[in-house]
Amino acid sequence: MKNVYINSVGSVSAQKTTHATDFLTDIISYNETVIPAIDPVYKDFIPPAAARRMAKGIKMSIVASKLALEKAGLNNVDAIITGTGMGCLRDSEKFLSSIIDNDEAYLTPTPFIQSTHNTVGGQIALEIQCTGYNFTYVHGSNSFESALLDAKLQLELSEAQNILIGGVDEIGDYTILLNKTINHIKKEPVKSSEIINSQTKGAVFGEGANFFVVSNESNHASLARIEALELYNTLPIQSVAQRARQFLKANNLNTADVDALILGNNGDVEFDIYYDELASGDFKNAQQLVYKPWVGEFHTASAFGLVLAAIILKTQKAPREFQLNSIVSSHFKTILLYNQYRGENHSFTLLRQC
Amino acid sequence: MSQGIAITGMGIISAIGNNVAENYNALISEKKGISRVSKTATIHKNDIMVGEIAYTNQEIEAILNLPPENNYSRTALLGAIAAKEAIRNAGVTDIKDYKTGLISATSVGGMDMTEKYFYQYLEDKSTQKYIEGHHAGDSTQKIAEQLGIEESLVTTISTACSSAANAIMLGARLIKAGKLDRVIVGGADCMSKFTINGFKTLMILSDTYNTPFDNDRKGLNLGEAAAYLVLESDDIVRAENKTVLAYVKGYGNANDAFHQTASSENGDGATLAMEKALQIANYKPEDIDYINAHGTATGNNDLSEGRAIMRVFGENVPEFSSTKAYTGHTLAAAGAIEAVYSILALQHNVIFPNLNFKTQMAEFSITPQLTLQEKPLKTVMSNSFGFGGNCSTVIFSKEA
Repeated sequence: MKNVYINSVGSVSAQKTTHATDFLTDIISYNETVIPAIDPVYKDFIPPAAARRMAKGIKMSIVASKLALEKAGLNNVDAIITGTGMGCLRDSEKFLSSIIDNDEAYLTPTPFIQSTHNTVGGQIALEIQCTGYNFTYVHGSNSFESALLDAKLQLELSEAQNILIGGVDEIGDYTILLNKTINHIKKEPVKSSEIINSQTKGAVFGEGANFFVVSNESNHASLARIEALELYNTLPIQSVAQRARQFLKANNLNTADVDALILGNNGDVEFDIYYDELASGDFKNAQQLVYKPWVGEFHTASAFGLVLAAIILKTQKAPREFQLNSIVSSHFKTILLYNQYRGENHSFTLLRQC
Repeated sequence: MSQGIAITGMGIISAIGNNVAENYNALISEKKGISRVSKTATIHKNDIMVGEIAYTNQEIEAILNLPPENNYSRTALLGAIAAKEAIRNAGVTDIKDYKTGLISATSVGGMDMTEKYFYQYLEDKSTQKYIEGHHAGDSTQKIAEQLGIEESLVTTISTACSSAANAIMLGARLIKAGKLDRVIVGGADCMSKFTINGFKTLMILSDTYNTPFDNDRKGLNLGEAAAYLVLESDDIVRAENKTVLAYVKGYGNANDAFHQTASSENGDGATLAMEKALQIANYKPEDIDYINAHGTATGNNDLSEGRAIMRVFGENVPEFSSTKAYTGHTLAAAGAIEAVYSILALQHNVIFPNLNFKTQMAEFSITPQLTLQEKPLKTVMSNSFGFGGNCSTVIFSKEA
């Protein structure tokens, strides 16, 4: 079985992540309940006429995927695998509200076409003329991890050499309103640095597109090696720590080998307790980082977590704003990520230095 | 590479029956499930025809013993019925005895409830339980819960109308790689106003019975359905002395990279998918005994698919038919219901007729199988193509 490497990343997020020069240098602090991603200069990547027809999720994904391909020095890949929790939400909302508002009359096909969950995967394939394998996973907070798992399987078995994978979700205004109604989004704005200790229900929502070229061939630019990945549809809170230990053990590691633990805390008092099982338990002596207060919660936010982990392993530096505890590692060789959303769809991802 | 993955169970619910036996009886007695719309409130009910499932949501909730406060979408309800039949059929009594996962496909997810309560959600608290049931993954989580699958690999694929074929493909790969011992694979999609209107704007809905591969075809009929297969490792089959219904022998997915919705004129993606599947199966084209075509009865699909079939099979195209005249196009579930039909074809050595055909297509000379035909079958190829250029082929075989 071959090793699997992250050879490049391309990220559009609520932080500065589209330019190599200021990549995550000045961390932006927000005081919101919903954090939109920073719009890149789309015309540098997409012809304006085409861009006008695209919702933000598609545009962000094209930018992120082009950045990843460019950094990997590739024009094409063997496969494109995307993950999206909610799909092309803006077009879905647009098409559905016009069906209801106009009583099924005066509809145009574009929002329907673009509401399909695999629009992004299909658009990227069209864009780079990739006729290879093209899958889209839509499984809540394990959408991106499913894409990663699929890619890893193909690369390990040499069924492909370079695969473009990514996670994308966009903010849809009406869906935001609905999520506020059911307290999945916080009632009041919270400062990024205070989200974790907010002690209130719901998260601060966000959006973004995070893409990667993963490969079974490493090169000088490779950022990290993807060692292992496990997905669980359910996980009782009392099993989280045990599963983490088992996961490390299966990879001949123990908790002391983890140089940094990257957690998916979003400040929701009802569900961050899953992360506390690791943060104040087995890993209390490890450096702990969180990213959702700075990019928002969305089903594929964990793909930003993977960007962060890969960058830390490559640069040996971690943004201090993302720090959860006070422990700082002298070096980063092994990073463990744990994510879940509202107690469902849990994942453990293990990354190592190349 | 050519070792097939064992299929040990299957379950289905569609417009032509609530289980495998009913579906088979309808197929061999040429009984269509296409009618006017009765269960979805739409202004188009008199100008389109659909494949609806007889059960109401309340009837399925009762069968599943769901509490009144449940927030199941119709997609989840249909999926649970079919997945449970598959598990029973596979003789699985304890789902936790082996490492078992679930790969489900859907395109609408919980849209049926969202479109019903979209504005009401803001005021009516009793409807708000459906808000978190909207996303596609939610129906899969519920099906997993119905099957008792916990702390395991459960995921959802949504690649439009090829989704369920892709779920079968991923499941087979996961068993081959030893990641799972058993996996339930398939898909579910219910009827929704959203999809009816979407396809209406694309002007590809027929106002009468759909007629696959007919020269005068007028478009598709939408259908709702769910179907699942149980795939098991050779170790389970040996240890439990399991009856194997058929094998997943080959599979291929490729992208047409031509247009967001339309297929390329000569079916480039479809050709690639069929070729890849043959290669994985280690088969030559002449090893295929029957093709269950995608055959949606749209002008574009049937021409593109027919040409692709001719590119792959040359002068010797095997018998082929589309079963969409029976069920309508069941979108993300189509690959799974046609997998069940392909397995039934293998089990009974019978080719299901391509109903409603009258006139030969002008563009080529191949003609679908028009009558029920008995023929010893060893292999069946099943095609599924979707928006986003997504093309998938799965090959089923009698022998491993």
